[in-house]
Amino acid sequence: MCLGIPGRVIELSGDVALVDFLGIRREVDASMAEGIGPGDYVVVHAGVIISKLDPEEAERTLDAWREMVEFLSSEGGDGGDG
Amino acid sequence: MGEESPIKRVERLYRSSEEVRSVVGAIWKVAPQAAEAAGVDRVKIMDFCGTHEWTITHFGLRSLMPPQVELVAGPGCPVCITPGYYVDAAASLARDGVRVLTYGDAYRLQGTPRGTETDSLARARSEGAPVEVVYSVMDAVRRARGDGVESVFLAVGFETTAPATASPVTRGAVPENLTFINVHRLTPPITRYVFERVPGAPILGVIAPGHVSAITGAAAWEFVPRDYGIPAVVTGFEPLDVVLAVLEMLRQLREGRPRLVNEYSRVVSWEGNLAAKRAIERCCEVVDSAWRGIGFVEESGLAFRREFSRVDAAERYGLREPSPEDWSRDLPPGCRCAEVTLGAAKPTDCPMFMKVCTPGTPYGPCMVSQEGACSVWARYGGGGRAEEVARELGLI
Ligand code: SF4
Repeated sequence: MCLGIPGRVIELSGDVALVDFLGIRREVDASMAEGIGPGDYVVVHAGVIISKLDPEEAERTLDAWREMVEFLSSEGGDGGDG
Repeated sequence: MGEESPIKRVERLYRSSEEVRSVVGAIWKVAPQAAEAAGVDRVKIMDFCGTHEWTITHFGLRSLMPPQVELVAGPGCPVCITPGYYVDAAASLARDGVRVLTYGDAYRLQGTPRGTETDSLARARSEGAPVEVVYSVMDAVRRARGDGVESVFLAVGFETTAPATASPVTRGAVPENLTFINVHRLTPPITRYVFERVPGAPILGVIAPGHVSAITGAAAWEFVPRDYGIPAVVTGFEPLDVVLAVLEMLRQLREGRPRLVNEYSRVVSWEGNLAAKRAIERCCEVVDSAWRGIGFVEESGLAFRREFSRVDAAERYGLREPSPEDWSRDLPPGCRCAEVTLGAAKPTDCPMFMKVCTPGTPYGPCMVSQEGACSVWARYGGGGRAEEVARELGLI
């Protein structure tokens, strides 16, 4: 039930948005999508836009995590057989 | 235009088996130290969302974990914990001719066990009662407004789904002929319940639900490290999200510094969806609520405020909250759903799992919903699929 589906806002009129889910378009409730407009990526749950999805943030955080993983993997010398 | 969609790109990055493998490598390294620092043989980490359980099971992440790490499913399935009483009430309204609308998962959910007489909305419909599955509350509102038929919406779900109900209610968009059976439940209170009242090995890490947190904000989980000294990571739903969360929690345990981290910052903010929180707060108050097979949990559910009693099916049809007698016999005999839901038993611990109880012929509620732990295990955990993926990734 808490499955959120990512999509992209095509059109916004009042409390209803037309969202493209990788080719499938659907009208969803946009009354809780403050500050979201056409072109934005969003997460839709049970027919409501619940949040913005920020693809750039996804890459930024991944870079930060990679550093941590690398650090932890190389700890304790040669990082060889663990 | 031949470019990859950013949505696809994020999915590809967060499903990369190479990345997963390197994080799993670090997990194997840190896990023994984390277990030692925590003074346990196995670090028990709980997910609180059926979709996380799906990710863990579908991608075989459990079998990639070192012996010091155990991933257990928590109360992440809102349909599974919806008291049978509400199903009985909805089915009987349908038999009286009131059209009942609901989400797909709730449609098949069984009511209070009565041998072969156990009711469900699916059963009521097969007998000709007006029951319809809809995709969203918006569709339900449109249907009701369009044809004027007296209708009730069975509104199940956690914080993620509550905004769908709160939206038309607070905007005055609910037509006269539509009311809601409000069975919305809240996740932090049941998390506290698991920590405080469920016997067995302690939970040492929380994979906090990503889409619940999109509404509540990551900050809603601050109480986990603060009050219980347990690491918590708000986590996305791809395999890389989950293994990163596990690694982060092990690192915190090793250092003896539990805290809250938001791994899913591409979707979840610290304060959450303020418009949604305002709407929920405006239309509902927090009340003690019943959880199927578990019982009453303090301040764990939502009920309409008096000023919105017009949309409240409980008011219109005189429904009551289930009493202790109702829920003490809420699960069919022998079904261990309550323990499975609380992480105290695995689906495979139930003698009926995949024998009497299968996704095609569910016996207990955890087998009905796509998100129930028994259903997820039945569809993806059996048949050695997990091992297959692990082998593909070159890990075993
Ligand atoms: S396998 Fe079926 S009967 Fe057993 S706990 Fe799960 S839902 Fe209940």
